[in-house]
Amino acid sequence: MTPLVQMKDVSISFGGVKAVDHVSIDLYPGEVVGLLGHNGAGKSTLIKILSGAYKADSGEIWIDGKKANIQSPRDSRDHNIETIYQTLALADNLDAASNLFLGRELTTPFGFVDDGRQEAETRKIMARLNPNFKKLKEPVSALSGGQRQSVAIARAVYFKAKILIMDEPTAALGVHETKMVADLIKELKAQGLGIFLISHDTREMMELCDRVSVMKNGQVVGTERVEDVTEDDILSMIILGKNPKQAA
Amino acid sequence: MSDQTATKAPAARRSLLKTLEVDTRLLGMIGALALIWVVFHIWSDLRFLTPRNIFNLSIQTVSVAIMATGMVFVIVTRHIDLSVGALLATTTAVMAITQTQILPQVFGLEIGHPMIPWITIVAGILTGALIGAFQGYLVGYQLIPAFIVTLGGLLIWRNVAWYLTDGQTIGPLDQTYMLFGGINGTLGIFWSWVVGLLAAAAAAAGLLLARRTKMGHGFPVKPMWAEMVVIGAVVAAILGFVAVLNAYEVPERVIEREFERWGCAAAEGCTAGYGIPYSVLLLIAVAVVMTVIAQRTRLGRYIFATGGNPDAAELSGINTKLLTVKIFAMVGMLCALGGIVASARLGYHTNDIGTLDELRVIAAAVIGGTALAGGIGTIYGAIIGALIMQSLQSGMAMVGVDAPYQNIVVGLVLVLAVWIDIQYRKLSGAK
Repeated sequence: MTPLVQMKDVSISFGGVKAVDHVSIDLYPGEVVGLLGHNGAGKSTLIKILSGAYKADSGEIWIDGKKANIQSPRDSRDHNIETIYQTLALADNLDAASNLFLGRELTTPFGFVDDGRQEAETRKIMARLNPNFKKLKEPVSALSGGQRQSVAIARAVYFKAKILIMDEPTAALGVHETKMVADLIKELKAQGLGIFLISHDTREMMELCDRVSVMKNGQVVGTERVEDVTEDDILSMIILGKNPKQAA
Repeated sequence: MSDQTATKAPAARRSLLKTLEVDTRLLGMIGALALIWVVFHIWSDLRFLTPRNIFNLSIQTVSVAIMATGMVFVIVTRHIDLSVGALLATTTAVMAITQTQILPQVFGLEIGHPMIPWITIVAGILTGALIGAFQGYLVGYQLIPAFIVTLGGLLIWRNVAWYLTDGQTIGPLDQTYMLFGGINGTLGIFWSWVVGLLAAAAAAAGLLLARRTKMGHGFPVKPMWAEMVVIGAVVAAILGFVAVLNAYEVPERVIEREFERWGCAAAEGCTAGYGIPYSVLLLIAVAVVMTVIAQRTRLGRYIFATGGNPDAAELSGINTKLLTVKIFAMVGMLCALGGIVASARLGYHTNDIGTLDELRVIAAAVIGGTALAGGIGTIYGAIIGALIMQSLQSGMAMVGVDAPYQNIVVGLVLVLAVWIDIQYRKLSGAK
């Protein structure tokens, strides 16, 4: 099977700091790959290269077995990559529909934004993802963390993402909402999407991911299938920066 | 989740305002304006709310109001433009020189040639757009704060205008061009009613069409009687405004001078009303276009998204740098339009034209509810803001308030308006 994503030997530095240092990583359809590591280990930077927010200094990105040239967030979207950011990249002053379609508005034949159709589509997808979601007309600043996150996820689902990047999707959420996101991840995975998941919660990662890659100081310490390792193994990889299986 | 309790409130408890679905902010601003008008009307022994004064008020507001609509976009994207007054001066200098010197002397069009005003206007708008776009480039691509770029621009363009004209007053301006000044160019009673009726019909049709679209998508709509109340209020406001402007009678001596222009066979026994000034029509056209941009186009959506969260906008694939250039270019064009009205009203380009307009324009936008933190603002708000400022100034001048007190009051109102806006947002739960 061809991998959905292959990042080969990717590096980026800011000033003198190598934020991502010759990292290679891959992702298959229907798979969740977790990225773990301390703050500043390079996880977010690595996926921001894939989502087009940063440009890599060197290395290649292959999507679906073809070499991809990702220069901007738009390029990334054109490859059906959707990103759900840690900081909830929503425009607080706009309503859910405007955020869902931001940058890809539905338009009338005259080229005007078709708010009616956007709202109708938003209602449809929200009814499926989060039936409690009712505040369609209000600015998203009036929504709870979980509702805001479901707007971000709806964006990925609506535009039929094949590759989903989730940067700490549950960091700002309560218990109930975290479970909702976890269920959604399982559902999307079952539909054949490939998902990169970033989180600090090792237990959550063990439950949701198929494989985990641990990063430290911009390098990948190791990539393991979750059934082959224990939580302690992963923790020691995060803290010590060594793969116990290779050391043994 | 907690959001369900709110929606399950019994329908009977919905207030009248909620049923009508009118914007309470808009209502508040209109209320403030009405209060100011009534106070001055009583204070000035019933001289304030006369057709003549309302006519003057409307033509005095146009120039600042036109620029304020553009300032809304600038402030919504978290920038500021301090150069609008100076930019107005540079564009009017260019337009004055174009029509009195360049076109007659270089291109040999004699004074009064029918093409002169239009070429002039195009030249002015182009000048404004180019200067605005350049300032936008410095802000968007070179990342110099807009405050600095336009503070520099304030000094530069004010004095470019001075340099271009040697500080001289240039005029008289073209007769057709001066029609945009206000009292020199009005529609007259008949055409004012035509425009008023067309506008009323368009507004009613627009509201009904929006209702049908909503129903087509299966969204809840307000009851038909509520829709009719809103339509009735809008139509009454439009026609009332036209009636007031029509009621301002042309003085006899003006009719005597050129009675044919006022549709009279002879000067004796002829009465005529001014009707809608062209400059006010221009403002209405600008307001409609800017509102459509703000609410119905991708450009407008991106402006507001960028103001709400610049990072989110950029990650959504919006080119926020180019957007900044477009916004500042738009403001430049609007400065030129404001400049046409301002110089046509005076009949000359003067060296101090537009001085302190930047502050009036920013104040109008802010009084109209544009938040300096970005992301929030409306075109109609800015226009009402401009009208509130002008009403205060005209009113105080009329009742003989001393000049220093006038400015003190305007300053207080600016601060008070923002404070009320903050309180309103707190109460209504919006950010």
